[in-house]
Amino acid sequence: MNPFAFTQPKDLDGVLAQLAEGARPIAGGTNLLDLMKEGVMTPSQVVDINAIATAGLDRIEEAGGGLRLGALARNADTAYHPLVRDRYPLLASAILAGASPQLRNMATNGGNLLQRTRCVYFYDVGVPCNKREPGTGCPAKHGINRQLAILGTSEQCIATHPSDMCVALRALDAVVHVHSSGGTREIPFGEFHRLPGERPELDSTLQPGELITHIALPDAARFAGHSAYIKVRERLSYAFALVSVAAALDLDGDTIRAARIALGGVAHKPWRVEEAERELEGKQAGEAAFALAAERILQGARGWGQNDFKLPLAKNAIVQALQTAVRGTAYARGERE
Amino acid sequence: MDPHQQHPIRLRLNGQDREFDVESWVTLLDLLRERAGLTGTKKGCDHGQCGACTVLLDGRRVNACLTLAVMQDGHEVTTIEGLAKGEDLHPLQQAFIDCDAFQCGYCTPGQICSAAGLIAEGQAKTIADVRELMSGNVCRCGAYPQIVRAVAQVLELDASALDEGKPFTTGSVLA
Repeated sequence: MNPFAFTQPKDLDGVLAQLAEGARPIAGGTNLLDLMKEGVMTPSQVVDINAIATAGLDRIEEAGGGLRLGALARNADTAYHPLVRDRYPLLASAILAGASPQLRNMATNGGNLLQRTRCVYFYDVGVPCNKREPGTGCPAKHGINRQLAILGTSEQCIATHPSDMCVALRALDAVVHVHSSGGTREIPFGEFHRLPGERPELDSTLQPGELITHIALPDAARFAGHSAYIKVRERLSYAFALVSVAAALDLDGDTIRAARIALGGVAHKPWRVEEAERELEGKQAGEAAFALAAERILQGARGWGQNDFKLPLAKNAIVQALQTAVRGTAYARGERE
Repeated sequence: MDPHQQHPIRLRLNGQDREFDVESWVTLLDLLRERAGLTGTKKGCDHGQCGACTVLLDGRRVNACLTLAVMQDGHEVTTIEGLAKGEDLHPLQQAFIDCDAFQCGYCTPGQICSAAGLIAEGQAKTIADVRELMSGNVCRCGAYPQIVRAVAQVLELDASALDEGKPFTTGSVLA
């Protein structure tokens, strides 16, 4: 790791002052320290934001008919919180599908949103990467791309966003609340992460000097009984997704009143096609409708060689997730997935 | 500000108050091994992928390689050296011996600290849960069945599924 100046402000203003100077915030540290050991990120100033948890940033609480997830609440505490488990089982499932128990004990909700891609070229400072060093090129397109994106890619970058939690947050219409010395701002989840385009070095629309304070979830009671998070990976646990699907249905008997579907492991951001969800409304829940929705969601998808298998895999995973959701949320059936 | 500055920190380490001066970039793992003389905690991958460095931080299991020592000022750390009470082994240590739950032993301190954290979390109700919730600890010797049996012994879980040799199908745990 490179030497860096380190501060631990006791209040939000102190943190914001450090951020304004260009300091890199650290909370759980699970991704940042890993990247610093690899030399991928080399901040000269790091600001520890954990001390400002006392301002309520580590709480999970009811707010505005939904929930407010503090940015400094740990992933494990969020997933196991009774309000999250009961009202947002999709989110609990997605969080528990990610990382390991140790990492979930450390990682924060804010940090989960800001984790970097695990593309091997991004992690290897000995090779070009447009995300790490803009303009150097993207060897992934014709290289090791088994894990990488099939949707929303650009000439510059085919990286994926690695989070499971964010896939559920996208499906659940979360809103990211941020604070800076200039005031506060709310970012709808679909606008928080971005596609690589011509600026693959930017993962999100968070601006320099801004700090995530909490994530707001609107009421989603109608989806709680029929939700499922399916994660397909190289081993049964503790691996990043090849493809993951967060699916939630509001059903009237067999008829779909509303659907929410978001995908992980396929793009630079959690992938969601709201038209496909609207087209499901009023349809009979079943394989025929789900397969059509899957095709709509995957419109424009393309493989890069090693990841060509993700196209049929994603389609099948969408159908399976929706069928699982129809049968009922795992906890509601008294089953464990 | 000088990036090479020494930061004074105080830890409650295995029940004792210890003071150190550390540079910003020293991980908790390196502090334990190189400065506190506690080499029971192992450095496997140093990237949070193997779990060999698992310790209990304020009672919760974490990867000591992925946190900075300077961030833990004022906190309580328990390592494998702090689990036994004098000559009396921790029940998990005894269970690992009873169940032959290690071969080379390199991952064992992390496995045992992780299992202690798992038990404190109270989420594991079945053998499948134990497998899933121990997945942050890799054992290259492949002692997984014995490790699961040892943890199950302490949790007093029905381990017959291990005897039947049935394959386990899936991971996620949802209460």
